[in-house]
This record gives sequence, C-alpha cells and structure tokens, in this order.
Amino acid sequence: MAEDIKLMKGNEAVAHAAIRYGVDGYFGYPITPQSEILETLTLEKPWETTGMVVLQAESEVAAINMVYGGAGTGKRVMTSSSSPGISLKQEGISYIAGAELPCLIVNVMRGGPGLGTIQPSQADYFQTVKGGGHGDYRLITLAPYSVQEMADFVGLGFELAFKYSNPVIMLADGIIGQMMEKVILPPFHTRKTEAEIIAESPWATQGKTAGRKPNVITSLELDPAKMEENNIRFQAKYKKITENEVRYEEFQCDDAEYLLIAFGSSARICQKVVENARNEGIKLGLLRPITLWPFPSEIISDYASRVKGMLSVELNAGQMVEDVRLAVNGKVKVEHFGRLGGIVFTPDEILEAFKQKIY
Amino acid sequence: MKKEIIIAGFGGQGVLSMGKILAYSGLMEGKEVSWMPSYGPEQRGGTANVTVILSDDPISSPILNEFDIAIILNQPSLDKFENKVKPGGILIYDGYGIHTPVKRTDIDVYRVDAMDAVTEMQNEKAFNMLILGGLLKVSPMVKIENVLLGLKKSLPERHHKLIPMNEAAIKKGMEIIRKV
Repeated sequence: MAEDIKLMKGNEAVAHAAIRYGVDGYFGYPITPQSEILETLTLEKPWETTGMVVLQAESEVAAINMVYGGAGTGKRVMTSSSSPGISLKQEGISYIAGAELPCLIVNVMRGGPGLGTIQPSQADYFQTVKGGGHGDYRLITLAPYSVQEMADFVGLGFELAFKYSNPVIMLADGIIGQMMEKVILPPFHTRKTEAEIIAESPWATQGKTAGRKPNVITSLELDPAKMEENNIRFQAKYKKITENEVRYEEFQCDDAEYLLIAFGSSARICQKVVENARNEGIKLGLLRPITLWPFPSEIISDYASRVKGMLSVELNAGQMVEDVRLAVNGKVKVEHFGRLGGIVFTPDEILEAFKQKIY
Repeated sequence: MKKEIIIAGFGGQGVLSMGKILAYSGLMEGKEVSWMPSYGPEQRGGTANVTVILSDDPISSPILNEFDIAIILNQPSLDKFENKVKPGGILIYDGYGIHTPVKRTDIDVYRVDAMDAVTEMQNEKAFNMLILGGLLKVSPMVKIENVLLGLKKSLPERHHKLIPMNEAAIKKGMEIIRKV
C-alpha cells in the first residue's frame, strides 16, 4: 500500500495542503466545526520548515484584515472560519474584492442564523454567491464533497485567485470538515521568493523599484466616474470567469429521467439516493455543481429539455434552488428538499421527498 | 465487500477511537474507508456515535439510515439504533450497559461482556478493544495483522508500547463473545 495515502479529517487535509502548496500565511480564529485547521497548522509548526506564518488573531475581523494586508504584498494568504465567523469577515472580503486581491477563505458551514448550532448546514449559499459584503462583487466559490477535494481545492483556489486577482472561497460544511477518509496529499511546493512574487504580481507592494510608480492597494475611489470604470473592469473579469471556470460533475445522468442537484456533502448523500432509486428501477441522476459561482447554469438548462423534473437537495430552506430555477427557466418542474439548523437528511428521506415532490 | 457499521455508546467509552482503529485497519487492507462522527454537545453525557464504512468500491454517503452492523454500548444507543440494523444484519452489545432485551428476531444478536472482562483484567482502557475483538470474530472484515498496523498508525508513538496489551484484549474479546 502506498505510504502517501493518509486517513484524516477534511479540516486536517486543508491544513496539510496549505503547507504543501507553499502558502505564506494563515490567519484565523477558532470556531467549531473547523478548529482542526488552526490546530493542525499549530501542531505541524510550518514556520520551522517552509517559513509559513500561522497566526491566531484576536478576532475574525482581525484575521481577514491580516489576509487583506498579506494579499496586498502578493503573498499566498488564507483564513478559515465557520458561518458566524464568516459573517464577521464580510467587510474585509468586500474590501479584498474591491482591491482585486487574491486570497483563499474557507467556510466550514454550521447551522444558523446567529450563533445557531455547531452541526452541519449549507445555509450560507446566499451569503457566499449573492453578496455577503456590500457592492457588486463576486467570489469564486468551490464546493468540496470529499476530504480529497478539501486538500485539492486549496491548490485550485490559489491558482484561480492569482489567475483572476480575486478572492476564492471554499464552501464546505461540518460533515466534510469532520469526517475522515482517504486522502493523497499534494507534493511539497516551495514558497515563492520575493523576486518571483514581483515578477508574478507587479501590482504587489513589495517595495518601490526604480522607474515605476508606487503601487497603491485600495478599494477607495472618490471619483464616481473612475469608480464606475473600476466596476466595469470587475464585471468584465467576472464575465471571463463565468465563461472559463464553471465546474460540475455528473453521476448517472446519461439515461436519467429525473435529476437531483446537490453540492458538497449533500451530493455525497445524494449519490446513495441515486443508487437506491436505481435499485427500485427509477432512472435518477445527480448533477453536482463544483463551482457554486460561477454556477453551471448552461448544463442544467440543457438537462431541462431532457428530464421530467429536478430536485435541489440542500441543507437549507431553499437557496441554490433559485439558481437552478433561473437556469431551467420554467422548462421543467424544479422543487427543493432540505433539512434545517444542523439536522442532516438521510438517503431515505431524500428519496421519499423526491417521490412526493417530483416523481 | 462493503460493511456499513454504527458504533454507539457514551462519550468516554472509546467509541470514536474504536471506529478510528477500524478505519485505519481498513486502510491498511487497501479498502476505501469513511469515519463520520457525531460531534458536539452530544458527546457530553448523551450518545456518542460514529459511522464507519469499509468497502472495496468508492463510498458514496458517509451518512446512512441503516447499517449492516450495530455495536451498542449503552441503553440509549440500543433504543436509537436497534431498528436501524438491516434485516439479516448483526447487533453486538455489551451486557453491562443494556437493561432491556433486544427485540429484533430477524438479525443476529451477540453479547460481549467486555465491561466485566476489563474489570477482571484491571484495565478499563482495553474496553473498546475487547468489543473490537468480538466484532472481528463474528464478522472478520479485516485481518488481525492489519488491525495491529492500524493501531500503530492511529496511536502516537509514545503509546506504541500498549499495542501488545491491545492485541491481548482483541483476542480476549474474540473468546468471550456469545450468540444471544
């Protein structure tokens, strides 16, 4: 058996992947169900090996502003939290998006609203893909559905963040954060040198070099004409991301007469529902959005003319279902099934809901 | 091969770590594994449980509504999970923690008096390994040598000296499990 296959929690995989992908800094504040990210980083002491900074800030607000500062210097920096902590970070996230800086934010969602519960939820979908902070900005949103993807999306997240100079958020939940399964960690990448950062990110505040204007990192622009120009530039970038970065996965969709649409841990549970439904002779498939923004609207629209109905299965009161309905545009029946506040549905409950609402 | 297992008891009985050792053993055997704990305030006083799946094929849902095997270490867990064993499945319980008899007749029920045995052995920490031994006797899903490798992987190095004691507890569990 290969030695590099490990058994670990999703949260632990994020921490190990961050070290191995050559991340320069992690700034966080503990909150269940994601505290193992900071704990694992602290145990691993990467400051002694790769030179990565790991810092427990005095609050979530401080942590996101440390990310803002670190990202401004062109470093690979990240933070993680769970729902209430992510709410606190929204101002910083809007500023980072407005200043067009790359960074990675991890949200291991729990039940809300408010302090809510510590059990798994997917109720931060709206917050993540429809705003959260103020202004016309977008976050590239990756939804991992396995411990392996928790590790892989750290790498993918930074790749996309730097490609588009835009914050990326990994939207996980308590199930994927807390469960253990097999993972193959990425090989060690060395951290970027200052020279490499200056070459890669000429906008970074790395000390003024002769012959160029000072680099200024800000989201402030008091001249509305210029601020509109900035916004037009942001929108052009978002359009490019929408054209190039949609990711999704199909399970048994080829001959499907009905579709489940689900992301993250819900998609794992829905795979079992598809198995069980097919044992009963129901031709059910599953489409799993991997990017929640940009949303896989086109493929869902295609399926709308081929299937008889879709059920959006989410651990919330019906959020992604709005984007599914926009994509389907009335062509076929779309319903939602969810459990709320930290309760997780079982495969049986979902199949029953599918039969009642769609079949 | 696919085994869907729930292990349930009080927090502190070694429910989660027993699941972890089983998962590591599966990993050593080259199987797909998942370990999904109940986490949170539930672990203080109420039932703590963990779902472990070992499979030759990739695992879909880590959360299940029914199980091939239920390992039940206290009364609240029996009340909660007795009806969630698949027909033809297995239920293993520790006699000390259970006050009402198991009602199901369409499953195989086994009893391991692990609490009594560890009291006799004067080693209460071996409790969960006795139960694990019982499980492996009635459903040999992983080889003992892989369990020992799994123990080595899941225990910090300073505890590796405890592995022979754990091995003895597993063997004791295999001896004392009885069909009900």
